Amino acid sequence: MVLLWLVLVPLIGGILSLLSDRRPQACRWIAMAATCIDLLLTVALWIGAPVRQSRWLYELDYNWIPQFGIRFHLAMDGLSLALVLLTFFLGLMAVLASWTEIQERVGFFHFNLLWILAGIIGVFLAVDLFLFYLFWELMLVPMYFLIGIWGHGRKIYAAIKFFIFTQLSGLLMLAAIVTLAIIHQQSRGAYSFDYESLLNTPLSQGTARLLMLGFFAAFAVKLPAFPFHTWLPDAHSEAPTAGSVILAGLLLKTGAYGFIRFVLPLFPGPAYEFAPLMMTLGVIGVLYGAFMATAQHDLKRLVAYTSVSHMGFVLIGVFAGNQTALTGAFLQMISHGISTGALFILAGALQQRMHTREIGQMGGLWSTMPALSGAGMFFVMASVGLPALGDFVGEFLVLLGAYRAHVGVTVLATLGIIAATLYGLKITRQVFQGPNRHNWRLPDLAAREWVIVAPMMLGLLWLGLHPQPFINMFQQLSERPQSVAALQIERR
Amino acid sequence: MTVSAIRACLPLLILAVTSVAVMIGIAIQRNHRATVVISLAGLALSFFSLWTAYSEAPAQITSLLVIDQYALLYMGFLLAASSAVVLLAFPYLENRSEHKEEFYLLAILATVGSMVLAASSHMASFFLGLELLSISLYALISYPRTQDLPLEAGIKYLVLAASSSAFLLFGLALIYIAQGTMEFRRMAGFSMDSAGGFAYLAGLVLVVTGIGFKLAVVPFHLWTPDVYQGAPVPVTAFVATVSKGGVFAFLLRWLRAGGAPSEPVTLILGIIAIASMLVGNLLALRQTNIKRLLAYSSIAHMGYFLVAVVAGGALGKAAATYYLVAYITTILGAFGCLLALGNGAVETETFDDVRGLLWRRPVLASVFTAMILSLAGIPLTAGFLGKFYVLAAGASATAWLLVVVLIISSTIGLVYYLRIIVAMFADSEGTAEEVKASRLGIGPSLVLALLTLGLVVLGVYPGPLWNGIRAAAAALG
Repeated sequence: MVLLWLVLVPLIGGILSLLSDRRPQACRWIAMAATCIDLLLTVALWIGAPVRQSRWLYELDYNWIPQFGIRFHLAMDGLSLALVLLTFFLGLMAVLASWTEIQERVGFFHFNLLWILAGIIGVFLAVDLFLFYLFWELMLVPMYFLIGIWGHGRKIYAAIKFFIFTQLSGLLMLAAIVTLAIIHQQSRGAYSFDYESLLNTPLSQGTARLLMLGFFAAFAVKLPAFPFHTWLPDAHSEAPTAGSVILAGLLLKTGAYGFIRFVLPLFPGPAYEFAPLMMTLGVIGVLYGAFMATAQHDLKRLVAYTSVSHMGFVLIGVFAGNQTALTGAFLQMISHGISTGALFILAGALQQRMHTREIGQMGGLWSTMPALSGAGMFFVMASVGLPALGDFVGEFLVLLGAYRAHVGVTVLATLGIIAATLYGLKITRQVFQGPNRHNWRLPDLAAREWVIVAPMMLGLLWLGLHPQPFINMFQQLSERPQSVAALQIERR
Repeated sequence: MTVSAIRACLPLLILAVTSVAVMIGIAIQRNHRATVVISLAGLALSFFSLWTAYSEAPAQITSLLVIDQYALLYMGFLLAASSAVVLLAFPYLENRSEHKEEFYLLAILATVGSMVLAASSHMASFFLGLELLSISLYALISYPRTQDLPLEAGIKYLVLAASSSAFLLFGLALIYIAQGTMEFRRMAGFSMDSAGGFAYLAGLVLVVTGIGFKLAVVPFHLWTPDVYQGAPVPVTAFVATVSKGGVFAFLLRWLRAGGAPSEPVTLILGIIAIASMLVGNLLALRQTNIKRLLAYSSIAHMGYFLVAVVAGGALGKAAATYYLVAYITTILGAFGCLLALGNGAVETETFDDVRGLLWRRPVLASVFTAMILSLAGIPLTAGFLGKFYVLAAGASATAWLLVVVLIISSTIGLVYYLRIIVAMFADSEGTAEEVKASRLGIGPSLVLALLTLGLVVLGVYPGPLWNGIRAAAAALG
């Protein structure tokens, strides 16, 4: 039942805030309450997690469309627990970050924000593939509104581009899901969209390859993997702060989650076959993202490209085919969510103060906003992969695992970390340090912003210094599906 | 005729009597309100008599009509859609200067024609139903006879529909030459290789032409945008739902009852489906008039139907029917919103008219958004489940080309659906002065509320309807 509430609370909160559109402050508090409640619920689930006996820690299963064997089946294991935790954490931060930024149509804004969160939670929890697709689409529409209404600049263009990329790839996935269910029906006599029964569907090699490509399309666009990333810089830079935080911190993770949860276990054979290609795409993403980032003039666009780079590591980790790299990819997902989310929040804070995102207009901000600049420096360093901060652990484990699979890929990916220092230093040097040429006099971090920044810093430090609880969460609480897939890959 | 036969075709009889009653009523005293009441009462009576007919089903009435579960199911959809149109039309006509009462007379006659199509088991009854439908539509489309656009649309429809009827008749004659019968069930098992095979094939192609014209699929779609734009909104809604629904019911039955050999017809329909999906969606991209846009989108949607029809099998029939129900619900809702936006005198039809609608009339804009999302096939709406079933039908028949085209074209479709939504969500500053909207009456509000509810129920909980459709489709054989 708790799982259902995790989805319902944001949905209800969204409707409530829509209804109280006339009192903006009430909407903000409702949204905050909704995310807080769910965050606490998730923490309670974590603390009370039973010693793992079955595949899932928590489960919820109702009949829905019996004619097609479609069930309302939610389940949580360690992997989804961690991501749900991240979702509500970043969701709360997003609400706080838009506290003063959003002044128009506040009720509708928070409605969209909460419904996106509900969709994301659903994606992380659904283990019926039809339900999964439903939630997968549910996140899109409100996100589209979020970018299209409260965005900046070419917001409509960015919103439509985002929507079309994700929708087309999503439909390909739907076709693959339906085909999988039909094949299951042909071999077992009954339709089923259930994850666990589909795991055992016998597939010929050719079919498995095609179906995997259908899933791959959807996840690669969301991740985004290299040639499918072009929607990302537009969407991230034009979205309002909360939108960027959720896009970078959470939506991208749904792609990575899809790879780990669905592609590897459902199609182990093709996953092994395509692994070199995938890792190559990952490396290209790492290098391309990093170099593109160094060339940007727009602060948010720069951060957006760093996401492409970081998610490249995740792709490498997922397809390296061993537990170390997979764990690294998982940690990278979590810490990238926090560090990039924080960078977008700071970029949003700067934009709100300076009304520009041009890096050329900035410079020397340290003298007028020491606290904000210090925080910025901290998160940039996290993003660059400084040891003791979250991203380092993830990238290190990915490289460690990938080395066993492919030396060349690993060497090139390591170069990506060097490239990362280039953009990291660019931000530090051109935004925060140097002379204050434009004579900016700006207010430093407000109390509300401290409330956002401090937990994110602590989170990154935690992940960097003591990642073991998260590694346990991933490896012990959700051992089977991942390790099975990984083992299957290694055995060949 | 036996009593049981009369009971079986009670829905048709009641509606036919209603049209006479309306006619007599008009002759005695013109009264808009009374006419609407009589029409609605007739539609409702006819709807409830479906259960009486159901107790007799399946019944073959002469060789012309067959009243089975399938026919009754479709009659139910058609009656519901027709009632919705009548309710929506009332305030619209109230604001206009023409005679109002004949509208209902024509609409009811057209509905009877459409219901005959759903029940026909003989080419003669098919043609009778089709003509009853078409001739009523000529008058309905050009109902505001003092304006240029409706007249133009009416003439266009008249000329094209008449010539397509001629094609159809010629096709029927050719089929008769080859087979010596016009009954569907006796057509079954005709071999293409036997004598007269060529005439038969030519006849089939001509019949498909006639049906294609009614369904407005590529390449028989040229009338659609003009008629959709020119006709009064309630009539457009009628053309999009009742008219197409009846023809569609006939098509499914004709294909299933063995009246048509599967291979050549499936091939032709497959090509038509692909062309419709692509052409409809691509041409819709260029439109700035919402009615024209919906016309092109309807072409694409007919293409989606045909995917399910071509896929065939138990799943295909049911999927096609489900899609039709979802589409009827959605498009009625969309046109209902357009009606609610304007009043009789001024029609809302361009993007500028809906700009900033969300901030002016939030409830109406939300309903319209839901309808558009359903047309685009976004989850939690009827349109999504319809598309899902069609996709499932296509995949289970391994019609990969159709599935891929469906995916690509519905992504293209998103672009223009989103443009409508974007317009509604845009800032309303700088818009032309607001169209003075009459307050939405109880009837239209009720219809829109029910349609929205139906949209969500069909999108979230399809189980019961799906079962009914599967049973009806099974009755089809």
